[in-house]
Amino acid sequence: MTVQGVRWTADQVLALAPDTASRRAGSRLGAAGPWSGAGSSGEGALWGLCKGSGSKPYRTVVDLADVSGPAYKCSCPSRKFPCKHALGLLLLWAGEEGAVPRAEVPEWAGQWIEGRRGRTERKKATVSPSGPSSGPADPEAARRRAERRAERVTAGASELEQRLADLLRGGLAAAEQSGYGLWEETAARMVDAQAQGLAARVRELGAVPGTGPGWPSRLLEECALLHLLDQGWLRRERLPEGLAATVRSRIGLPASADGPPVRDRWLVLAQYDTADARLTTRRIWLYGTQARRTSLLLSYGAAGRAPEPALPVGLALDAELSAYPGAGQARAALGEQFAPPASTAERPPGTTATLATARYGDALRDDPWLDSVPVTLDRVIPVPDGDSWQLADADEDAALPLTPAARSRPGLWRLVALSGGAPVKVFGECGHRGFTPLAAWPEGPGEVVPLC
Amino acid sequence: MNRTVTAAAPSGPHGTAPSGPASHTAGPAGASGVSNASGSSGSSGSPLPDVWEDLVTTALLGTDRRTPAGSASGANAPAALLDAAAVATLRRRAGMRPARAAEHPRPAPEDPRPELPPAAARRLTMLLTDRSGASGGGRRGAAPDLLELLPQWLAAANAHGFAAPPPALPALLDAARGRTDLRPAVLRFAGPRGLWLARLNPDWRFALRSAPGGGTSLPGPGDTERILRLWQEGLFAERVALLSSLRSREPAAARELLATTWATERAEDRLMFLDSLRTRLGPDDEPFLEQSLADRSRNVRATAAELLSALPGSALAHRMAVRARACVAVDHTGDAPVLTVEAPHECDAGMERDGVVAKAPAGRGERSWWLGQLVEAAPLDTWSRRLGGRTPQQIVALPVGDDWRSELHAAWCRAAVRQRDAGWAQALLGEPSAAEAGGPGAVSLAERAKLLGTLAAAERAEWVAGFIGTHGLPDAFQLLGVCAVPWAPPLGRAVVDALDIARDAGNYPWSFSGVMGLAERCLDPLEAGHLDALLAVPDEAEDASPGAGGYWSEAFQRLVTTLRLRAAMLAELNPAAQP
Repeated sequence: MTVQGVRWTADQVLALAPDTASRRAGSRLGAAGPWSGAGSSGEGALWGLCKGSGSKPYRTVVDLADVSGPAYKCSCPSRKFPCKHALGLLLLWAGEEGAVPRAEVPEWAGQWIEGRRGRTERKKATVSPSGPSSGPADPEAARRRAERRAERVTAGASELEQRLADLLRGGLAAAEQSGYGLWEETAARMVDAQAQGLAARVRELGAVPGTGPGWPSRLLEECALLHLLDQGWLRRERLPEGLAATVRSRIGLPASADGPPVRDRWLVLAQYDTADARLTTRRIWLYGTQARRTSLLLSYGAAGRAPEPALPVGLALDAELSAYPGAGQARAALGEQFAPPASTAERPPGTTATLATARYGDALRDDPWLDSVPVTLDRVIPVPDGDSWQLADADEDAALPLTPAARSRPGLWRLVALSGGAPVKVFGECGHRGFTPLAAWPEGPGEVVPLC
Repeated sequence: MNRTVTAAAPSGPHGTAPSGPASHTAGPAGASGVSNASGSSGSSGSPLPDVWEDLVTTALLGTDRRTPAGSASGANAPAALLDAAAVATLRRRAGMRPARAAEHPRPAPEDPRPELPPAAARRLTMLLTDRSGASGGGRRGAAPDLLELLPQWLAAANAHGFAAPPPALPALLDAARGRTDLRPAVLRFAGPRGLWLARLNPDWRFALRSAPGGGTSLPGPGDTERILRLWQEGLFAERVALLSSLRSREPAAARELLATTWATERAEDRLMFLDSLRTRLGPDDEPFLEQSLADRSRNVRATAAELLSALPGSALAHRMAVRARACVAVDHTGDAPVLTVEAPHECDAGMERDGVVAKAPAGRGERSWWLGQLVEAAPLDTWSRRLGGRTPQQIVALPVGDDWRSELHAAWCRAAVRQRDAGWAQALLGEPSAAEAGGPGAVSLAERAKLLGTLAAAERAEWVAGFIGTHGLPDAFQLLGVCAVPWAPPLGRAVVDALDIARDAGNYPWSFSGVMGLAERCLDPLEAGHLDALLAVPDEAEDASPGAGGYWSEAFQRLVTTLRLRAAMLAELNPAAQP
């Protein structure tokens, strides 16, 4: 398994950066100058000495062959991960054939790589035999804990129902005046009730009155769906198992990815982070070329730190994914990887704008709280439409408007530039707010262009 | 306006819904992307929008005040309302249909240029990543400043005639938006698709202004009718663009076009139009310019005179030569020949007509002011004949009586620059190693930089190298700026030696950051190998500034890194060198 043959692109390396400052610092180090003794093992390990401001150069090692994504080690004091030196080393390797020549692993790098791979092997060895029974030690205690939590959630859901009823009795117009305070307090109550999903939805309600004309209609929609979720929880015993699991997951109860592992060749279609004050959330969309389905890897990091893993767009993984429970849920967990990720020119098959909306409609049957579904559109043209944009089907009179958020992203202009008024293939999220483009391919040959 | 996703009534999941989006699109949710328009609803038979509007109205007012039609009242009213709203919301979401397509934009014109080699495309991505960070502050350390390399990268890519990768266009246009000096190269590289894109985003409107033709395609050479119409009806910017593009193709046609409307143009516009005749100025332009000497506007007259004086064969140049010659003579009465200057005593109407400004600026004597203008506008070859067949060197070397030297030489400098006379420029520059070349001599640094501009690249580099060799770097920045990139070997070596000397003298490198930055961009990448000796941190000398050695080592490190990067960058763009 040689990684040398499939060097990554600069874009793919830069996607690993935890923030824009690191991207910049890393790209400045992506030239031969500060580096000495750089080499690669041909088995996915890179190393080099990078001259910094001190007298001793930093020792930087990257292990790309690791099955859980690239691993980094650097003697610099940076708390960024990966640090700019690791990024620079990867860029150096990505940028030029032979810039990082094949060489014997020096001792300082070898120790770490061996140690790491050894640990991973051992972990695998200890985990796999006891896999199914690796649950909690005392199943009886766990059951009691789950019961207690369910009671609290039920109390929370009932309280929320009461508050929604009060709200509608007094009218939404009054809610506009009370502003965020009311919702923040309710959200805090839901956090106390250990219903994170409810808390997040309640918090979003507070922002709706500020979204401009038509807000009462949107607020009623969201209130109604929240009510639906409450009711789903309160009557979960009478729901089919799949829908009940969806309700549990929407409420915010912890679940484990206990679906059967599915091995496939997964194309990385998109990776993007959203951050609030406390948490960075990373979404990675993967397309399984054999199963022909799209799955979502969701991961979290503390504010300011990039969540793991980082999977640059345009790579393909040979790996196992296990689905999380719940009908209509795309979320999965990354299991064993059988080879390091490698660049690929393969593209997911696409569909039409009409079928994309139909697919969203179908998906609502399994999960009525779904905001969007992942879709690849074939032959669409970005078209300006007043202040907004839409993706117009090149072959029929049908168009999907972009979501308001997608209109203000720089990715929009990359998409428009790539298209040049001609049809392109676009992957994105299609839902009731519109379409959010996340990646695109030119109609002719060409690499995938990330849009997020 | 409400061309968002439209909901059609779902009578089945999606199958039998009416084809095409519903035309009825009123409703409060319009802007949200979900509109509540529909045909007839599936089960109840009442139209969906009314149901939804009724629900929203009740929700706004509160169930205490209003009961929705056919719904429970009392304690259960809120829950019933939410139930009904949930059903309606999901029905509409599930029944979404695509909107009608807006008018498609016209596709971008074909770009026949070849694609970038993959390595060069990756490099461009990296250079553009650094874009917003150029002013990031702080010490630069040993890493190269990538944004500073973008101009060179663009020049090389344009020289090879590559097309820009479309996804890079937004970042390129953003870079050019912030830096006007990048615009011409970026726009050329961005090509037709870049212009097409810029038309869609108001942030990039500058591209339409600065692009040849102001973004609208200029009429072709043969399209006389469109040229004439654009000239008569176009906006000022469009007309300037039209005139300068025509001028660079067919100088005479441009002048004739201008003449058709000359009398009716406003004075400011006349000045701008006249200025575009600078391009490919030739003897044929003389009659038109001569006529403009009688223009109503003084600025137009002055510009016409200046242009005429750049034509050594023109009647104006001849008249100025006659006037200037009368003021300068060789006096043989002393031991050695001396130049004597007799400045004009008055500025007559003829002189004023020929562009001489009568009123001197504050603090300057009238007569020397007039003399300067006469000498500046007189053809330089007149002096050799006037002054006994002497060469420019000999003339410049002659002593000048009565403190007229600096006045006279300064005027000759301006003449040499205006007439692009390399022989005179060389003579006026003198020997680079001459003592006064470094001091506040007759010729200022700015004038020298301009004089250097008239020399051939090799001569320029050689002169500046000699200057640095004698006088060091403090005054070299401006002169280095006019040298051709990459620097010729003697010049490059002179700069590196001077930097080495500055380091040994115990200075801090940031005293030379300007020259250092230039060196990073302009030194021939092949020189990188010669710099290795400078990378080590030297032992600190006693009189050196503390820590300077380390900073110098870092600065040289960055220099070498940047040079290597430039070499790699240029190799990637050279298709012949690709394996």
